[in-house]
Amino acid sequence: MTPVAAQAQATRGTTIDVRFQAHHSVWDGIAATPQFRRLTSAKKAFIIPVFIFYVAFTLALPVLDGYAPHFMSAKVFGAMSRAYIFALSQILVTWAIAWLYIKVAGKFDRLAKDIVVQAEETQGGK
Amino acid sequence: MSHSVVFFLVFIAITLAITFWASKRSRGATAYFAAGRSISGWQNGIAISGDFMSAASFLGIVGLISLFGMDGFLFAVGGLIAFMAILLVVAEPLRNAGKFTVADVLAYRHQPRPVRTMAAVSTLVIVTFYMIAQMVGAGSLIALLLKGINISYPMAVAGVGILMIVYVVFGGMLATTWVQIIKAVLLVASTVVLTFLVVKYFHFSFAAFGSAVTQVTSHPKGQTVVRDFFVPGWRYKLPYGPWDQISLMLALLLGTSGLPHILVRFYTVPDAKTARHSVVWAMAVIGCFYIMVSILGFGAAAILGPDYILKNGGTNMSAPLLARSIGGEVFFAFISAVAFATILAVVAGLTISASTCFAHDFWTNVIHKGVERKHGETVLVARISAFVVGAVSILIAILLGPTANVAVLATLAMAVGASANLPVIVLSLFWRRFNTAGALTGLAVGLLGSIGMVLVSPTVMGIDPPGVASAARHLVQHKALFPLENPALVSIPLGFLAAFVGTLLSKVTSSEEKYNELLVRSNTGLGAERAATKTA
Repeated sequence: MTPVAAQAQATRGTTIDVRFQAHHSVWDGIAATPQFRRLTSAKKAFIIPVFIFYVAFTLALPVLDGYAPHFMSAKVFGAMSRAYIFALSQILVTWAIAWLYIKVAGKFDRLAKDIVVQAEETQGGK
Repeated sequence: MSHSVVFFLVFIAITLAITFWASKRSRGATAYFAAGRSISGWQNGIAISGDFMSAASFLGIVGLISLFGMDGFLFAVGGLIAFMAILLVVAEPLRNAGKFTVADVLAYRHQPRPVRTMAAVSTLVIVTFYMIAQMVGAGSLIALLLKGINISYPMAVAGVGILMIVYVVFGGMLATTWVQIIKAVLLVASTVVLTFLVVKYFHFSFAAFGSAVTQVTSHPKGQTVVRDFFVPGWRYKLPYGPWDQISLMLALLLGTSGLPHILVRFYTVPDAKTARHSVVWAMAVIGCFYIMVSILGFGAAAILGPDYILKNGGTNMSAPLLARSIGGEVFFAFISAVAFATILAVVAGLTISASTCFAHDFWTNVIHKGVERKHGETVLVARISAFVVGAVSILIAILLGPTANVAVLATLAMAVGASANLPVIVLSLFWRRFNTAGALTGLAVGLLGSIGMVLVSPTVMGIDPPGVASAARHLVQHKALFPLENPALVSIPLGFLAAFVGTLLSKVTSSEEKYNELLVRSNTGLGAERAATKTA
């Protein structure tokens, strides 16, 4: 590597690391804005109930397999038992929630982007 | 048998070419540790699948289903559901607020040096356990698959180890990513073919497949037993069986989000949105893969039968044996080569996460307080530590030998991820009052607690009847003190409790000052690490 190229490399290496830095009062200010509150409460409203449902739904499989074996052994689809169908349904439900989250998260992204743009403008104006 | 060698040599040639290509682009820390943050969503999704689908999850789960039916399939479902916590809770905040490692987020609000040290210890423990389990598995697998050729166990382990060192030291994260992508494509493609062969074997008749699976015949201890493999309960029996299964599901559900080699993958994409999409890609690939795995497992049980599998190498050999029986020798060779590729991709991922952790967390941030004394020092240290990590794992795996019972190590890695890392990640992101003392006690108790519980569990302790092969013998011949094989059910709440109590016992509130900063960063991506502008 030529000295010039090495220097260019070095410069690039250091500039990559620059992050948006601010005093903690700036962060407190952003956290207190209505836009930010709307973002976090929208996220919570989706993530918390969905995740609680998901944990209960997935843990139901080992619980039922263990404590209701006759119920889970019943044939519901040809030779397939309720246990196998329930396990396969967990894969489908996982995909469905993922798809739903991608849809909903588009809204979170728009809210977040407004906050970022505003913060960067304020910071740049100082 | 020489076919598998040819396939494997082709794989090595391609991956080395990629490593050479990547080595020219791996200059600078972001390029080396995070592939310049230039990996796209679907690429990262497939790489995550390649990182996650270890030989244990392919060979191991097909094997478990072929011997235990439904109870084995739970491991597969558990592997997929693990990604929900990553999708909803961990991936995006990590990408938004961190830089290269899990500890970036763990230590963000707290006094960085003690928390990073502790986080680095837990990362290195998880990675080492996982790595040794993989290496020992690789060695004995190669010995099994290449019976005809004279490749000894130490040679096989050293071969895998040297390749993984070359990928990581020279190619960094970029080479590791592409090795994982190629491996995932190979693995899924060969699974599709094998699944097709199983379905064809039953003349595309759903009823024929179903009825064969409901009448799996085996002869344990000389008696003829006919079992319905769609019915649960062949492995997990009362009184503790169901609890063990619940504990296992919980460990998978929450533990994967604490595994450093999976989490570092989210730093390789440009932003949080791409990180989110990559999780969904991984869910799609892994979900399809495990549905096929269940057909392979049930197929192996119905076509080969448990007797034949146990006589010809046991659980890990179900998939290769099935390939030989319905696909012929060449396909068997191909599947064997894919199994090596699988192990290689996983150990490469483990090596880079260990070396990143040592160089970035320990060397630069703890020892030198976050200042790089000389440009490029962190990357140099990472390359050296990748070499050391690789060399040490080769040595330990050879010393342990092919008959070592390594299942315990994989259980341990997952339990530590779930009980030490996860509570501290979650509380750092969501609890304002959380502080340095809480983070330290959470990590320490989670780490020691889960290791301690595994050490007194039936995985390690138990009384074997005389005549049990040394590989299957319990390490301690004593009745187990803790009833569950998997400690997660107890150790995860313990980790949370320790973090909680530790926090309340300390009056230091300096961590609260940076709570809003982390909250804003992790939710909006303001000031998040950008993709390198100059990437190829």
